[in-house]
Amino acid sequence: MLLIHCPYCEEDRSELEFRWAGEAHIARPENIAAISDEEFAEFFFLRNNEKGLTYERWRHIHGCGRFFNAARDTVSDRFLLTYKAGLPKQPVPVAEKFAAIAEEKSVETWEQTEGDAR
Amino acid sequence: MAETATRSLPLSGIHGGSATVRLEPAAPATRIALRVAMEDVGTLSGALGVDLPVRPKTSAFANGRTALWLGPDEWLVIDEGESGLMTAAANSGATHSAADVSHRNTAILVSGPGAADAINAGCSQDLSLEAFPVGACSRTLFGKAEIVLLRTAEDAFRVEVWRSFSDYAFGLLAEGARDAAL
Ligand SMILES: [Zn+2]
Repeated sequence: MLLIHCPYCEEDRSELEFRWAGEAHIARPENIAAISDEEFAEFFFLRNNEKGLTYERWRHIHGCGRFFNAARDTVSDRFLLTYKAGLPKQPVPVAEKFAAIAEEKSVETWEQTEGDAR
Repeated sequence: MAETATRSLPLSGIHGGSATVRLEPAAPATRIALRVAMEDVGTLSGALGVDLPVRPKTSAFANGRTALWLGPDEWLVIDEGESGLMTAAANSGATHSAADVSHRNTAILVSGPGAADAINAGCSQDLSLEAFPVGACSRTLFGKAEIVLLRTAEDAFRVEVWRSFSDYAFGLLAEGARDAAL
């Protein structure tokens, strides 16, 4: 079972209690009526969908109900760090990052198993 | 024509369990879902006659009322006696939100040496006494239903569940109780 650390409950809980809530640290434009259609599209629709380290919002919906932020590796699904909503983007501790990269290498990815077969 | 209305609980008359677990519906209770900002917690605590706990996963009991920490600004307050919870909160003079959820929830009392095992049949939380001591409480999942779990004694829990999920929760608890006795 995947465990996620809730920064409000201050403990690890089962992923079943949580819900994903999209990319984190997207600032809403201060005057949304003044921005161009392109700028609105960038803010509203376009997400980076990065492979590897991403910053996401999660919600402890069946627990304390709070939204919080998480740094997660999208290849290994490993949570590297979680922190309270409202805090600026937190750096991922180096040791965690290296462990994640090491784990990534051992994870069977599509490129490793199917990439050359096309 | 009937002259009086009789209140019937969602799980009225139901009973169950196994050799090691006893399941029974809790008596009717008054409940409020309370939201209060940190600076007004003291005022609301005074008005309700029970200290709203501010540590995660903790509860407090005083004057027949139990206050359960659900989130950093959210509590479930349960009064098993004749209650004036809504009035008490309204008279506090502090900004808050209180919703009467007395009839939204019902509760199942789970007790006996297999109580924790029966709940763990559908709940992933660590219910050892170290991780979930007497008085600990948490909103969590039981199978597919959301519950609020409170440990009332070493071998006793109160499971607060929305009334429309209560048959499901009781059924799953009954299965868990059977498994716990194996
Ligand atoms: Zn939480």
